[in-house]
Amino acid sequence: MDTVRLFYQFVTGSVRLVSRGNRAYWAWIAFLLALIASGGMAYASQVSVGLSTTAMRDQVSWGFYIGNFTFLVGVAAAAVVLVIPAYIYDWKPIREIVIYGELLAISAIVMCLLFVLVDIGRPDRFWHLLPPAGRLNFPDSLLAWDVLVLNIYFVINFVVVTHILYRAFHGRHYDARIVAPLVLLSIPMAVSIHTVTAFLFNGLAARPYWNSSILAPQFLASAFASGPAILLVVLQLLRRFTRFEIQDQAIWKIAELMAYAMFLTLFLHGAEVFKEYYSDTEHLLYTRYWFQGLGEHKTLVPWAWAAVTLNTLAFVLFILPAARRNWVTLNLGCLAIYAGCYIDKGMGLIIPGLTPDTLGEIYVYFPTMTEFRVASGVFSIGFLVFTLMLKVAVPISLGEFQFERTTGTTRDVRLRAPATSWESGRPH
Amino acid sequence: MNNDGVTRRKFASVAAAAAAGWVLTACGPRRLHEMPKDRLQQLIGDLERRYAEKYGTAVTVSNAPPLPDVEFAYALDISRCVGCRRCVYACVQENNQSRDPQVHWIRVLEMEKGKGVDFSESDPYYDRELVPEDGHFYVPVQCQQCRNAPCTKVCPTGATWTEKDGIVVIDYDWCIGCRYCMAACPYGARHFNWSEPSIPAGELNTNTHILGNRPRPKGVVEKCTFCIQRTRAGRYPACVEVCPVGARKFGNLLDPNSEIRYIIEHQRVLVLKEELNTMPKFFYFYGT
Repeated sequence: MDTVRLFYQFVTGSVRLVSRGNRAYWAWIAFLLALIASGGMAYASQVSVGLSTTAMRDQVSWGFYIGNFTFLVGVAAAAVVLVIPAYIYDWKPIREIVIYGELLAISAIVMCLLFVLVDIGRPDRFWHLLPPAGRLNFPDSLLAWDVLVLNIYFVINFVVVTHILYRAFHGRHYDARIVAPLVLLSIPMAVSIHTVTAFLFNGLAARPYWNSSILAPQFLASAFASGPAILLVVLQLLRRFTRFEIQDQAIWKIAELMAYAMFLTLFLHGAEVFKEYYSDTEHLLYTRYWFQGLGEHKTLVPWAWAAVTLNTLAFVLFILPAARRNWVTLNLGCLAIYAGCYIDKGMGLIIPGLTPDTLGEIYVYFPTMTEFRVASGVFSIGFLVFTLMLKVAVPISLGEFQFERTTGTTRDVRLRAPATSWESGRPH
Repeated sequence: MNNDGVTRRKFASVAAAAAAGWVLTACGPRRLHEMPKDRLQQLIGDLERRYAEKYGTAVTVSNAPPLPDVEFAYALDISRCVGCRRCVYACVQENNQSRDPQVHWIRVLEMEKGKGVDFSESDPYYDRELVPEDGHFYVPVQCQQCRNAPCTKVCPTGATWTEKDGIVVIDYDWCIGCRYCMAACPYGARHFNWSEPSIPAGELNTNTHILGNRPRPKGVVEKCTFCIQRTRAGRYPACVEVCPVGARKFGNLLDPNSEIRYIIEHQRVLVLKEELNTMPKFFYFYGT
């Protein structure tokens, strides 16, 4: 019963934390809730009318939703960029911020699962995937693999984070016997969620643009560049608005790792482009649709070159030590990486993969307002989850919010320093 | 906390979970091909009542199994086809495809004679006063009923599979509409119901099969089934019957005296996208 009471304290404590905040906090929450409401309404009409409210059709049967799903699997996988140096090399400055990488991973997976849910034609039958009542076509279907690895990865991260925070809340150190093996397991799991997602496309011989063995390495490389880009921005915000100390060194180290990942991304892209253009087979069609357009169909061309420019710019900014140590250029680089990889993996992967279709038809796809609204709703849910988790995690891991047990009775709850500087809005 | 209590509680929760699992698997909805006979009969009765109510006419939903010693195959004579699209519309009518939005299981591609069979140069939307157009030929494409079908392999719920007589079918009640099969199909043969399919009440074909032409719901995938409701009853597919130039041939691969065997043995047949190793049971040939 003791455990139950302790856990109850943890839950009520967390609720108390998220229900207090300054005006900026509530404005942000209200903004997210508004977008969620708008997305919810768009989704309601999509469910009642059908997916004809999107721009997807038989020719381009996947679009914006699956593009976002793919990108976010990469973001989720990128948490290991922090975990590897922190635990393998026992590099302390990063070790303290690993938990934020894991929180990001959790939010990203929530978004991934939601993007799949909004994409399917019969969300009411989602349970058909869940044995024993449903049936998962494992191991034949890569989608079955994806469902499995995503959920395992989600559970691992969730358990680790909850355990660490729960222990910290009660003023105890986390149990290394639980955390260490799970964190180590999360490394191959992170690689596998993105590999399986790449294989999902890679395995389709019907789509030459995807049916290239370079796809999985390319996915991982771009994920390890774009995932940390979000984290770097979040970490700087945390440092500014809370008492949380994050050493410059940690941020610069992550930026350096991102530069290598970005180099690999560009290299692998280049290798693919070379093969397509030099061998000049009928498979070149899809790459040409992306970079040059086919006939009068050139919708994607500006996006393609924007992605190339942004990725190259980001690489240059991150490879120069002076540039990645300058906060302006560092953040500019983060934005460029984020935008570049987002275009590449969303539009650049899905649309040319399906256009021209298998019988040669070009259907010009561009997301409808419904798709944009639903997608921003899903992103808002992800950001909301991330915000609320941070709101709990930051004060607890700073030791500012803790449950104290006095002799005998456990009812005595005392809060030390209840207001973090984040909550009172004072910049650090 | 004493150990007995934990054991008892654990036992109770495991037993409850097992019971719930059993109830769900035994009584919950199931995929058609693993459903007990009496439940399937009940389901068919429900479907017939529902369709009759919706379309105001008696509808039969057959559950005819594959015929013994039969494996269906198809052959299409490219040199005869004139591109009239009668097959397209006969198929729509026979198989209760949605009229609005339009769903066509057969797609006729117009190609230029100088360029050969090149999909990237083909035109599915040709609009001619008279066909065939000079200097052009026509390649109709529909489900190729592959032996090594990429679409059934990728389905995450096992909602689509190959029957014993070689027909690739879909369980419309089990499909979740993820469209992975559409991405996997090299022939654009699979079609999605992007919104509620509509068929004018008077135009419904009331002779239906549960895995074939029964009216479909919104949000699921559908495709050609070699007219399963006809062919399992010993008839030709609608497209074969309607073809005015006799370009379409159909029969039993396992019968050495069938027309399809004669064509395979005496003509030079080809399959589309042979390099993908899908092994279609839909052959093309140049008969003249």
